[in-house]
Amino acid sequence: MDLQTLTYLVVGASFALYLGIAYWTRAGSTSDFYVAGGGVHPITNGMATAADWMSAASFISMAGLIANMGYGGGLFLMGWTGGYVLLAMLLAPYLRKFGKFTVPQFIGDRFYSKTASTVAVVCLLTASITYVIGQMTGVGVAFSRFLGVSNAVGVYVGMGIVFVYAVFGGMKGITYTQVAQYIVLIFAYVIPAIFISLQLTGNPIPQLGLGSDISGTDVSLLDKLNLVVSDLGFSEYTSSVPGSYLNMFVYTMSLMIGTAGLPHVIVRFFTVPKVADARSSAGWALIFIAILYTTAPVVAGMAKLNLHGTVNTAVGLETDAAGKLVVNPDTVKANADLYAAEASLVYEQRPDWMKRWEQTGLLKWADKNGDGRIQYYNDKTANADAKARAEAAGWQGNELSVNADIIVLANPEIALLPNWVIALVAAGGIAAALSTAAGLLLAISAAVSHDLIKNVINPDISEKGELLAGKLSMVAAIVLAGYLGLNPPGFAAGTVALAFGIAAGSLFPAIMMGIFSKKMNKEGAVAGMLAGLIVTCFYVFAHKGLFFIQGTEFTDLIGGPNSFFGIVPEAFGAIGALVNFAVAFAVDKVTKEPPEHIQHLVESVRIPRGAKAVDGAH
Amino acid sequence: MDSNGDAYWKATLGLLTKVLVVWFVVSFGAGIMFKPALDAISLGGYPLGFWFAHQGSIYIFIVCIFYYAKKMGEIDRKFDVHED
Repeated sequence: MDLQTLTYLVVGASFALYLGIAYWTRAGSTSDFYVAGGGVHPITNGMATAADWMSAASFISMAGLIANMGYGGGLFLMGWTGGYVLLAMLLAPYLRKFGKFTVPQFIGDRFYSKTASTVAVVCLLTASITYVIGQMTGVGVAFSRFLGVSNAVGVYVGMGIVFVYAVFGGMKGITYTQVAQYIVLIFAYVIPAIFISLQLTGNPIPQLGLGSDISGTDVSLLDKLNLVVSDLGFSEYTSSVPGSYLNMFVYTMSLMIGTAGLPHVIVRFFTVPKVADARSSAGWALIFIAILYTTAPVVAGMAKLNLHGTVNTAVGLETDAAGKLVVNPDTVKANADLYAAEASLVYEQRPDWMKRWEQTGLLKWADKNGDGRIQYYNDKTANADAKARAEAAGWQGNELSVNADIIVLANPEIALLPNWVIALVAAGGIAAALSTAAGLLLAISAAVSHDLIKNVINPDISEKGELLAGKLSMVAAIVLAGYLGLNPPGFAAGTVALAFGIAAGSLFPAIMMGIFSKKMNKEGAVAGMLAGLIVTCFYVFAHKGLFFIQGTEFTDLIGGPNSFFGIVPEAFGAIGALVNFAVAFAVDKVTKEPPEHIQHLVESVRIPRGAKAVDGAH
Repeated sequence: MDSNGDAYWKATLGLLTKVLVVWFVVSFGAGIMFKPALDAISLGGYPLGFWFAHQGSIYIFIVCIFYYAKKMGEIDRKFDVHED
């Protein structure tokens, strides 16, 4: 069976499964729609949370960015897992005890103010919509490859499918569907990694493979990778730092606290039966997440070596008679000259996967020196030696551009793995993007229909009207995110990192102070959230355009890109959070302390025993 | 909050601080600040600092959460505030 048919079949079968589950468990009442009636086992919940969590950014985009960034890519790995420690200890059990369905509800009740909950809705919408833009970018990549169309058409198709999918069922449908999605996506991620680890190192466990020697040699894989990339003018894989260690520190922090502030993740912990379960649920979620997150750096390193090995035969990889990519131990050991004329791959002999990705426009070749061969190196390198060798070899600039977001999906193709593996990865990528988009859209619809319309604008709205408003807000979010996803502010994972920054700067401090600072009042919380949101968005929009619209960047106004101590906009959420805390405490000092009953409320939230702190019913 | 409640909260914060120290040391410490120094040591073929940033901190985070959940359970029972 050819690859295209097989891919349709596997993706189609996985879809039928999700839709089937969504249909059988579809939501009846509004309470079912949002939190699945509060009776989900911690392990089930952990698995669903993991699927919800691992989006197109984690699945499709992250390993590609790590491949480009090397060591520095660890900020995604640490940031997007370390946040669970904060979530488990600082927020989840207390929010579960509090007993409300959404984050704005918690903020509204804790800070006894509709203004506070409205501000929280604004923060939530800004973060969630930014997140969905990142998903749309990833969905676009997946569908463009899968259907063999341009990236833009891929985004349109993705919008349609996300729409049908998210509007179909509520959380309950989604919880069990997401368990199925987790299983599909984790197999899709790990199986190719095992294959590739075996190919390159003979070790079936990818996490050990990356540290091993290359098959048939005593050359460590990481050493070889370092040598190849630095010879070609890129920075050394295991030590390349993103800007500065300070930037990496702040970036990691921003992703961690953003994790603990993202509403679609927090809401998961409202669905476990007990407070104790909320604590362990986060642990289970992290175990399921870690399976992917410890595999991702292996995929990154090995895909990078395979990519270089494909276009440069001097690396020491070759295609065997059966069409598999294999190691040639002699070439690997010889450290052959990467700049030798015949080392670069002849364009006409490029593998099929390159042709397939060329159709999407995400992989491009331009024959700058007219030799009909592919030269892939860093032509902007500061490495004088690499520069001199490239010039001596007659190379006139890098000829291959590979969009970082295609690395994971192309990874099994690059390694020339069997077709069923490639089809499985396509299904996994789509599952990852859909599950998260659905979870986010649900958080968006709950915020608009419940926290904004029902609680603030029109308290008399019927249950039916509320559901309708929720669905309409999903549609609006999909259209907006799809539109912005056509000209995304960055790679999928980078855009998602921006969403984390916004959540980190606005929501996390407010929720945390709501639990840990009994005396924090509404004035402090509202001022803090606004200050954090505005400062973060200002810095982000300065780099990425006002509301991410291209052409409206204003970096001059802030003194050039990354002007704040070299910190990139994706990392700025941690600074936003500091501002948030500082403003909140300053305002709190000069305003009235919260009423007695609120302080009692905080006390009861801190203790597991007893009824939910507030009435959880609508 | 009664005195039992205060003591319970103090015990909670104590545990929290301990776990947060570990959380910080493995990621921001070993994975970032001390990464260049730790790279001199090799673990399973990985430079150690690189390993913490790409692998190790994640494993330790998991341990952190389950340790916290277990200890919190003990604190809950000790102060008799556990659920049923």
